Amino acid sequence: MTATAIVVMVVTMCTVTAFTGYFFLKVLRPPKPGGADSRGKTEG
Amino acid sequence: MPTQKDNWGSRVGLVLAMAGNAVGLGNFLRFPVQAVNNGGGAFIIPYLVSFLLMGIPLLWIEWTMGRFGGKYGHHSTPFILDTMAKRRLWKYFGVFGIWTNLAVAAYYCYIESWTMSYVYHSLARTFSGMTQGQVAAFFQSYIDIGVSTTGIPYEAVVFYVLCLGLNTWILSKGLSGGVEKAAKIGMPLLILFGIFLAIRGLTLGTSGATPEHPDASAWAGINFLWEPQYNSLWDPKVWLAAAGQIFFTLSVGMGTIHCYAAYVRANDDIALNAMSAGWMNEFVEVVLGSSIVIPIAAGYLGLDWVKQNAGFGMAFQTMPYLFENWGPFLAVVAGVFWFGLLFFAGITSSLAMGTPWMGFMQDEFSMSRHRSAWSFGLIVLVMGLPTVFFYQLGVFNEYDYWAGTVSLVVFALAESIIFAWIFGINRSWEELKSGADMKVPQFYKYIAKFITPLFLLFVFIGSLFSPMNRDWSGALASLFGGNGWPLDNSSIIKQVLNTGLREQIAAATDTAVRAGLEDQLFFVNASRLLLMLVFLGICYLVYLAQKHRDREGRSA
Repeated sequence: MTATAIVVMVVTMCTVTAFTGYFFLKVLRPPKPGGADSRGKTEG
Repeated sequence: MPTQKDNWGSRVGLVLAMAGNAVGLGNFLRFPVQAVNNGGGAFIIPYLVSFLLMGIPLLWIEWTMGRFGGKYGHHSTPFILDTMAKRRLWKYFGVFGIWTNLAVAAYYCYIESWTMSYVYHSLARTFSGMTQGQVAAFFQSYIDIGVSTTGIPYEAVVFYVLCLGLNTWILSKGLSGGVEKAAKIGMPLLILFGIFLAIRGLTLGTSGATPEHPDASAWAGINFLWEPQYNSLWDPKVWLAAAGQIFFTLSVGMGTIHCYAAYVRANDDIALNAMSAGWMNEFVEVVLGSSIVIPIAAGYLGLDWVKQNAGFGMAFQTMPYLFENWGPFLAVVAGVFWFGLLFFAGITSSLAMGTPWMGFMQDEFSMSRHRSAWSFGLIVLVMGLPTVFFYQLGVFNEYDYWAGTVSLVVFALAESIIFAWIFGINRSWEELKSGADMKVPQFYKYIAKFITPLFLLFVFIGSLFSPMNRDWSGALASLFGGNGWPLDNSSIIKQVLNTGLREQIAAATDTAVRAGLEDQLFFVNASRLLLMLVFLGICYLVYLAQKHRDREGRSA
C-alpha cells in the first residue's frame, strides 16, 4: 500500500466517523429546558 | 383533517429507523463496485462532494416536506406535495412516492430472502468443501425455481413469501411497536457484524495468497480503493456515478423519508435528525462498506480478478467460498454475520417501503393499520412473484431500472423544484429551521435553491442521453463534427426502445438463443405493462381520495 492511499483512507474514515459520532451524540443529548426539545418532543 | 394515529416512540428510534431506511444492500455491494469501476481512489472525492452538495440538501428537503405534510395529517407524498404546491397536478407526481416503494419492495424482498436463505445455508455448512465454481453454481441453482437445494419444493418462493410475511407482520405492529423496534435491534447488530468483517478485511494482508493466486493481497484491494487518481476528476462519467451512488445510498427520491418524517411532531427537530441519519449511512458505507468485499476478495483471488468480476453477485457467489478459508468455526460465524448483516440492511429498508402505502390508505380510506399492512403485503406479493419466477428473463432488472433508478431521479428533481421554487425557498428554509437543534448553515439555502436542482437535472439528462460507452468528450466531438450524438444502449431513450435486446435478437444465429431472447423481450414488455398498470391504479386512488376530500370539504 502506498503512503498516499493510507493517508487518504485514514483521514476519510476518521472524518466520516467523527461526523457520525458528533451528530449522533447531539441526538442522544437530553433536551434543553425551555428549548425546542421540551415542547412535547420525543425523549432522547 | 384525519387524526394522527401513529408516532415514533423515541428520537433515537426515529434516527435509527431513518438510518436503517438508507442503509441497504447497496452500502456493502454497490458502493465498492462503483468505486472499483470508476477508478478506485478517484471516486471518493466526487462521492463526498456529491454527498455535501446533493445528499445533505435532499435529506433536508425530504424531511422538511414530510414534517410539513404531517402537520396537515398527510403521511404519503401525493397529498404532502398537494399541500406545498397549489396546482392539483403535483399530487399525481407524488404517486411516484408510493409506486416506487411497491415496485422496489417487490424485488428487494427477493434479494432479502436470499440473505435469509444463505444464513441458513451458512449454519448448515452447505458450502463446506465446495470449489469457487460450485459455490457460484449453487446460487444459479437456487434462483432456478425448479431446483431445490434443501429438499423444500419451490424453495426460493418459500423464502420469498416468508421474508415478505415477516416484513408485513412487523409493519402491522406500527411505527413504534414494529419498525422502530426492528431498527433498534437491526442497526446495532448490523454495525457489530460489519466491524467484525471489516477488521478481518483490513488485517488479511497477503495471508490468503495461494499457488493458484500468488498475487492475492488485501492491501492491493485497499490501495486500489484509496489511491487518488486526480485525472479521473475531469471525467463526467465518474461524477455521474458518484452522484448516482449518493442518490441510491441515501434512499432519496423514494417517498420513504417524507413518510417517516410526517410522523415527527410539528415542533420536533428535523435538521439534526437528518444529519445524524445521513452521516450514519455514510459511516456504514464508507468505513464498513469499503473494508469488507473488496479487501477480502482481493486477499484471496487477487486485484485483477476483482477488477474483472466486481459485481452484485460476489456477495452470494464468492463470499461463502472465501469464508471457508477461515476454518469451520469462523466460516460459520463469518457466513452468519455477512448474510445477517445484509438481511438487517435489507429489512430496515424494505420496512420503510411499506409505510407510504400504509400512510396513504390510512389517511385517505380510513383503513386500519393491520389491514393496510396486509394489503401492502398482498400487492407486493402479486408484483414480486414475476421477479421470482422469471428472474432470468429480465423482470427483476426491469423493475430495478424503472422503479429503482429512473423514477428516483424524476421524483427528486420534482421535489427539489417544489421545495425551492414553488413553495418558495424562504418559506421552506424557515420550515426546516423550525425546532432545529443545530444551526443550519445559510449557504445550504442557496445550494438547495440552485445547485441541487441543477445537479439533479444534470444526472437526469446524463441518464436520458447517456453517450456511447459513457464517453462524453467523444460524444461532444461527434455532435459538433455534425455526426450526431451517439447514444449508449444504457441511456433511458435506448432502454425505452429495447435497442440492446433487439440488437442481440438480430445478431443471434442460433434458433434456441434467438427464441430465448424473444421470450426475454416479451417478459420485459409485460413487466413494464404491469408497472404502468400499478402506477395508473395508484393515480386512480389519488383521484378518488381527492373526490372524497372535496365531498368532505377537507381539500388541502
